[in-house]
Amino acid sequence: MKVVNNLTHSIDGMGIMKGRKAFTDDFAEKDTLIVKVMRSPYAYAKILKINDSEARKLEGIEMVLTHKDFKRIPFTRAGQGYPEPSPHDKFVLDEYVRYIGDEVLAVVGRSDEICDKALSLIKVEYEVLEPVLDFETAKDNPIVIHPENEIHEMFDIGFEPKRNIAASYAMEIGDVKKTLSECEYVIKETFYTQAQAHVMLEPHTVNARMDYQNRLCIYSATQTPFHVRRIISQGLEIPLSKIRVIKPRVGGGFGGKQAIHGEMLVAYVTYKTNKPAKMIYSRKEVFESSYSRHPMRIEMTLGADKDGKLKAINCEGLSDTGAYGEHALTVFMVTGSKVLPLYNKVDSVRFAGDIVYTNHTPAGAFRGYGAIQGNFALESAVDILCKKMKMDPILFRQINMMKEKETSPIFAIMGEGTAGTAMIMETCKLEECIEKGMELIGWKDKYPRIESKDKIRSVGMAIAMQGSGIPYIDMGSATIKLNDDGFYNLMVGATEIGQGSDTVLTQIAAEELMTTVDKVVIYSSDTDLTPFDVGAYASSTTYISGNAVWKAAKELKEKMIVEAARILKTNIENIDFDGKTFTNRVSGEKITLVDLSNQITYSHEQKQLQVTSSYVGHKSPPPFMAGFVEIEIDKATYEIDILHYVSVVDCGTTINPMLAKGQVDGAIVQGLGMAHFEEVIYGANGKLISSDLLNYKIPTRLDIKKLTTVFVDSYEETGPFGAKSVGEIGIDTPPAALANAVANALGVRITTLPITSEKIFKEMRRINDEK
Amino acid sequence: MIFMEVKELIRAIDAEAAYTLLNEFKGSKVMAGGAWMKLSVKSVDKLILLDDLNLDYIKEENEYLEIGAMTSLRTMEMHPTIKSLNSGILAKAIKSIMGVQVRNVATIGGSVMGRFAFSDILGALLVLDCRLYFHELHEISLFDFLQMPKVPRDILLSIKIKKSSGKGYFHKVSKTHLDFSLLNIAITKNELFKIAIGSRPQTATLAISTANFLNSQSVINEAIIKKAVEIACDEIKVSTNLRASKEYREVLLKTYLTRGLLEVIK
Amino acid sequence: MKINLRINGQSRQFLIEPNEYLLDVLRKNDYLSVRRGCDNTSCGVCTVLIDNKPVPSCSVLAARCENKEITTVEGIEKEVEKLAKYFGELGADQCGYCNPSMALTVYSLKLENKNANIEEVKEYLVGNLCRCTGYVAQHEAIMKYLGDES
Repeated sequence: MKVVNNLTHSIDGMGIMKGRKAFTDDFAEKDTLIVKVMRSPYAYAKILKINDSEARKLEGIEMVLTHKDFKRIPFTRAGQGYPEPSPHDKFVLDEYVRYIGDEVLAVVGRSDEICDKALSLIKVEYEVLEPVLDFETAKDNPIVIHPENEIHEMFDIGFEPKRNIAASYAMEIGDVKKTLSECEYVIKETFYTQAQAHVMLEPHTVNARMDYQNRLCIYSATQTPFHVRRIISQGLEIPLSKIRVIKPRVGGGFGGKQAIHGEMLVAYVTYKTNKPAKMIYSRKEVFESSYSRHPMRIEMTLGADKDGKLKAINCEGLSDTGAYGEHALTVFMVTGSKVLPLYNKVDSVRFAGDIVYTNHTPAGAFRGYGAIQGNFALESAVDILCKKMKMDPILFRQINMMKEKETSPIFAIMGEGTAGTAMIMETCKLEECIEKGMELIGWKDKYPRIESKDKIRSVGMAIAMQGSGIPYIDMGSATIKLNDDGFYNLMVGATEIGQGSDTVLTQIAAEELMTTVDKVVIYSSDTDLTPFDVGAYASSTTYISGNAVWKAAKELKEKMIVEAARILKTNIENIDFDGKTFTNRVSGEKITLVDLSNQITYSHEQKQLQVTSSYVGHKSPPPFMAGFVEIEIDKATYEIDILHYVSVVDCGTTINPMLAKGQVDGAIVQGLGMAHFEEVIYGANGKLISSDLLNYKIPTRLDIKKLTTVFVDSYEETGPFGAKSVGEIGIDTPPAALANAVANALGVRITTLPITSEKIFKEMRRINDEK
Repeated sequence: MIFMEVKELIRAIDAEAAYTLLNEFKGSKVMAGGAWMKLSVKSVDKLILLDDLNLDYIKEENEYLEIGAMTSLRTMEMHPTIKSLNSGILAKAIKSIMGVQVRNVATIGGSVMGRFAFSDILGALLVLDCRLYFHELHEISLFDFLQMPKVPRDILLSIKIKKSSGKGYFHKVSKTHLDFSLLNIAITKNELFKIAIGSRPQTATLAISTANFLNSQSVINEAIIKKAVEIACDEIKVSTNLRASKEYREVLLKTYLTRGLLEVIK
Repeated sequence: MKINLRINGQSRQFLIEPNEYLLDVLRKNDYLSVRRGCDNTSCGVCTVLIDNKPVPSCSVLAARCENKEITTVEGIEKEVEKLAKYFGELGADQCGYCNPSMALTVYSLKLENKNANIEEVKEYLVGNLCRCTGYVAQHEAIMKYLGDES
């Protein structure tokens, strides 16, 4: 391969570092209305009266929007395909506010200052209601967070709002209770994860204007432009054909922009006033009023026989989706479907649970999407089981984990919101990943621990899997057009949010067309000009959008060969093409691509050669990885130094090896943040206290000493040039790997995230006191 | 975006003018670096700037370093004498604060006048015998200044720290390299020991009884240090906040004070 | 109030409010490479150089910047090209939102200490957060940039 799996610069890095206009706010109109939202100070309240007459009179205020201005059409803000597997439980503005930070009303004015002044003049009378702040008491709580009649599910997801249940799920293969009763070793442990914040550096931003065709044209920092277009159309009853959504460069998403945020209000304002409008979330709003990860409680029971074979898994989960149910069911299902198949040789497995509403900031999509929560529970539980059995944790995994050419019955049963798709693991290099990882971290010399005067060094590990798009649901398409002068335009719906999709998709096209990346110009994510794509989520871009690009490139090549055959007066079977020149093998006559393209554009038998092709996956081949961490713990203060994290990944072909490494490195650091550095803190009244970057700390350059990321040789036949996805897999292993390393160091098992030195201190003290 | 409302911005022409403005108008404030003020002040009538007072300097004398109040933290941390004074603890303390961007605008004057509980510098300054020089109040020790019930409406012109050739120790415990401390400890051992504990979460203070105990000993060994640390844990009040509990802070205090004392007696 | 600001060597006059921060004045006047991230000096994304020293423009009053040299990436284009080349080579480009602020900070490090080792690079840049890359490739690229004498 000449382009794919070769060093390739990102196609846009130079222009972006030079500071060229690229991100959403850079494209806001100069003269624009500002939309600012008044946010609820209460976790649960009913709006009784809004005194806004003073604000409306203010010079420079265009309008004040309250729930009275909108027709009651429930929708979901979740950026998912239609019909969405998330409940339609949100109105543009409602008379109930359901979390501290929820939208009460909006003011629209000529400047930030005027809007702030208007907000300060508005007095809202609330009936303050008792909130539900503990997700473990939410189910069947007499306090109902969503009593409205109009809300509904799009298909059966177990939606029971009167019981505060947004969704629920259960599946069992075999008879777990029976199998467990026959097991020699059984362990049960309960794990809690936290509502991690994405902290993408660009806050959510949207701006809109009416264009010269009198259509609503929206620029949004979104991961799902096509879903945004559809949901706005539904929520505001604007015809779909009158809306255009363009996604410029996005400053990070990680799932946090896989939903509607300010777009609904801004679209309404522009559509109503015909004036440009914009909204930028403050960092506080990003924390409080966008999304977080779903915090979960997971009860994991494992049963093994006397030979160390894992026989049964029972996984019971409770997920807190916060005030609204975006991504509720689908994240929860991934906690089972992209974790439990790792141990596919069990006799029985059960996965069940509820996703409940609470009066917290809503939870939504976040890289890993349930797999990181499930992985923490399962991979920690495995080490607990190994300790009980006195069995080496690496040996246990080698015996029980998924191997190439195997399958798991879970694949057929569990999809994302619906039934799944059976599949054989055509590529699964977990054995090699573990072997290589052990070597790179120095496992044999370091496991379980090395003690010195003041410190203990230890190692811990975990394995993980993810997916590559959602089979039979996620669709991506690509259009490739041949220009005069022999270069190509590649139009894709796929959403570049920094993960490098523009570059990777360009490489795939260039490889197939046997040219170089500078000859393929990509344009992405414009609902008018680019063909459909679900967007950047579910690790679908390389696999699904990439396959669409590959197909389109192949088809365009065939069309070019037809033209060459016509020009060179022969049959298509006699044409050789090397990317630059077409040769008639029989006569030796040639024509260059440049000449051919100019001829068919301007002089003879003129036509535009262009192909649009689509791809829907029939399977979701999982990437796999083994993660190893080496830490040093202070014996007195239990402070943890993360010395080294080794990641060995099987993601099939790395279309762009450097960018793939960057995906894993970045995800590992986010995973370590979830595991140790980041801490979500709620106050007693439901207020998110860790709502700014002074108090919510993501890992810095000095916090993790060394990362080693390598890829093993692997080729997935169904992926473009053998690729699987790589966007999410990196985030899953750090929590369990760290918990296991701490257990190896001190014999203490921390089952809640984050794993902090103070938690270890408290646990050590508790154990000492018990003695 | 609006953070702080400012009715009038005034560049004071000299210290007297600044002092007069500050005391004539109740709604007036002095802005030093301004980064923290943005987050903590909602509105100011008259915002007084000292940018024209030439207070950005470091003067080295035989026994003291004199540092102008508007000197940036970054300038200080890079000064060769500050880098070497008592094992460079002041430079070390400053370097641990945020990133270079913040340290290029934050000033020593603002850091001192703010009397921030989370400050990483105040402890180091205390053990370096820091003295403050105000326009009206003239000279006062940093220690006494921190005890004052209210911050005087005065213009801080400069600080002085003693140049000594003894050892020093500074340690800050924090979750990440950009976070506020859970606790910080500063020690100098010249002829005498001086010990300061900060971010307790309360503002830094001197462990006077502890230092007195150590200073009364003819020999310092591990047993003496153990006793000293016991006195410190008794003397210095730590409590619980979002970042750490009282019990955990006590462990941190015990551990790092012990390690610090062992270090400075080497 | 009126002020004169020298940006990338060019003197320009602006009409500002006394409480306006440099970040907003710059963005309002089309210096769009300077970005907003957190509004409390925690992220580094708003970094500009004042007299070749990196500062958080979200927290510096524009009114205090008269007679100082303000530099944005547009003012150090050749250096940016060099750094961008190494970022490209080492796969350090992801969303790019923090890249201009990084280029400015790295440039000021080069002026101060062009022989910085990797630990010094990490320390100097600790105030520039990145959520995408995990930092590793950025550091490798920066070391190459510092070592490039051309």
